[in-house]
Amino acid sequence: MRILVPVKRVVDYAVRVRVLPDKSGVDLSNTKMSLNPFCEIAVEEAVRLKEKKAAEEVICVSIGPKQCTETLRTALAMGCDRGVHILTDKRGDYTELQPLGIATLLKKVLEKESSEQGVDLVLTGKQSIDSDCGQTGTMLAGMLGWPQVTYAANIDVEEEGRLLVERETDSGTETLKINKLPAVISCDLRLNEPRYATLPNIMKAKKKKVDVITVEDLLEGQDVDAVLTPRNRVLEVVEPPPRKEGIKVDDVDALLDKLRNEAAVIS
Amino acid sequence: SSEHEPYLHQQHSPVTKFSEDEEMARDAVRSWANEELRPVVRQMDEEAKHRPEILNGLFECGFMGMEIPEQYGGSGLNFTSACLAVEELARVDPSVAILVDIHNTLTNNAIRFWGSPTLQQKWLPRLSTDTISSFALSEAGSGSDAFALQTRAEISSDGSYYTINGSKLWISNSNEAGVFLLFANVNPENGYKGITAFMVDANTEGVMIGPPENKLGLRASSTCPITFENVKVDASDILGEVGMGYKYCINILNEGRIGIAAQQLGIAKGCLDASMPYLLERKQFGTPIGEFQGMEHQYAQIATEIHAVEVMTYNACRMKEAGNIPFVKEASMCKLYASQVAERAASKTIEWLGGIGFTKDLLVEKFYRDVKVGSIYEGTSNIQLQTIAKIMREEYR
Repeated sequence: MRILVPVKRVVDYAVRVRVLPDKSGVDLSNTKMSLNPFCEIAVEEAVRLKEKKAAEEVICVSIGPKQCTETLRTALAMGCDRGVHILTDKRGDYTELQPLGIATLLKKVLEKESSEQGVDLVLTGKQSIDSDCGQTGTMLAGMLGWPQVTYAANIDVEEEGRLLVERETDSGTETLKINKLPAVISCDLRLNEPRYATLPNIMKAKKKKVDVITVEDLLEGQDVDAVLTPRNRVLEVVEPPPRKEGIKVDDVDALLDKLRNEAAVIS
Repeated sequence: SSEHEPYLHQQHSPVTKFSEDEEMARDAVRSWANEELRPVVRQMDEEAKHRPEILNGLFECGFMGMEIPEQYGGSGLNFTSACLAVEELARVDPSVAILVDIHNTLTNNAIRFWGSPTLQQKWLPRLSTDTISSFALSEAGSGSDAFALQTRAEISSDGSYYTINGSKLWISNSNEAGVFLLFANVNPENGYKGITAFMVDANTEGVMIGPPENKLGLRASSTCPITFENVKVDASDILGEVGMGYKYCINILNEGRIGIAAQQLGIAKGCLDASMPYLLERKQFGTPIGEFQGMEHQYAQIATEIHAVEVMTYNACRMKEAGNIPFVKEASMCKLYASQVAERAASKTIEWLGGIGFTKDLLVEKFYRDVKVGSIYEGTSNIQLQTIAKIMREEYR
């Protein structure tokens, strides 16, 4: 089995983001960026499948500016075999690139790979922590006509080509069987705890192969704007309203009154 | 000397701008320290002991073989990366930082510089993967006057081994160490020119580690007396040449003090990390206390001094990495100043936090206790001043 893992370069989860004065988006200048935590979970799962000998190659792919080499390097240090870097300066946080465009680019990467040996499984994070769309993996599966399971909390390899996947839902977990590969699986929080990339592996990752290709070259003559122009226009980005101070109530009756009549959370 | 091209930017970029490798190393240490180490710092201080999973984590992540070449299981990075790792660890727990600092900047580097290929092959793989080391120099009668050491190494009649007798005191990491880089004199009649460096396996018969000192700070770091009673060490475990130990010692400590500066810098930054958010949140008289001018002046002053220490420390790193630039004065200066600034920062931080800073509810009281040894170990402040003065006199002669 050969696995492809898209890895997104996003604002680090610990950063307190600021909105640009023109409200066009979040200020990314001098902001710490990291590998999207859910993509990290996907990488970890792919590497574990390789360690269990269920997979023979793991390819990571990232879309973005030249700094994506760091994102790919982290994924390679965790155990991916090689990387693909789709070079573009467009922002990936929904203001410029959106899931439909991103899925189209990933589909192109898969087509290129299938001309060699083909990919059997795409493992994505369930969502990125900047756009929070949770759509790219599902759109990609739709475009390819591949089976998909989202919000995976556990993946078991049954026999060649069959995967048993536990899926998180709001009312509990359900188990689905993928009978035939290739397929797309998106990974949720409970799936695994990603390993730390060790320093020796971070250094060795420099020697692993990364193919760099521009968006224009990848789309081979197609109209880049037609493919990548967002379908939705971001009108403005604003900070959430500041949290209001809480109040104290004198007794339980007053509490119930507030919950029922003001907050309307109980009947 | 380092295998790496020294990172000398052609366009004179700031010394506080690091290469991609160095940034990735720093980030890796910072993540691990915040996620794995921070939750257990208080416990380790209270129990006055390192936790095994922390020690294992240091090895697994590659923090114990920062500059050791890949072929020996190391991380293959440079001195600046090692200092960045020490700084990031100190920002969370100075006790763990000192263990990593001594191991990397003293033992590992001494072996890389002066060890025979056989010695390197024997020890470097162990030092990068599972064996903690200690630097066994100081004795009851010899601290600053290091070369007055009395531990004796007598050569056997056939010259194949040495028998070591003596005691060391104040040895960091000694409870956890699997090996000691020990300084003993093979020829006391020659004075310091008999001092020889030996790699002594901690399991050797006759090596006795005493109970750890009950210290004010750096409590998780074991500081023990060690007695050597007829300890037999193979001649092949001598580091470099007989009688050259004093020279190796001076040289390695010269650079080691840059590592200490990095540790002190980490402590100072850790103090700001702990206090600045509080200053923005805590209100008195309707105003966040961080906005009172009296407070502004204090934290701006401390931040300025921390910045100076940072620049001095990483500049000293680059001077050392260049390989042909003398840096002894600058290394002494950065250790001296870093320990002074860190002490001021720790003390001020407790004041800024008010009553709660004075309790064990926060970790700032721990920084205050941990920082004090900075002006004492690896060359007291007086020794640093003396070193600087001596070089200055030569410059003006």
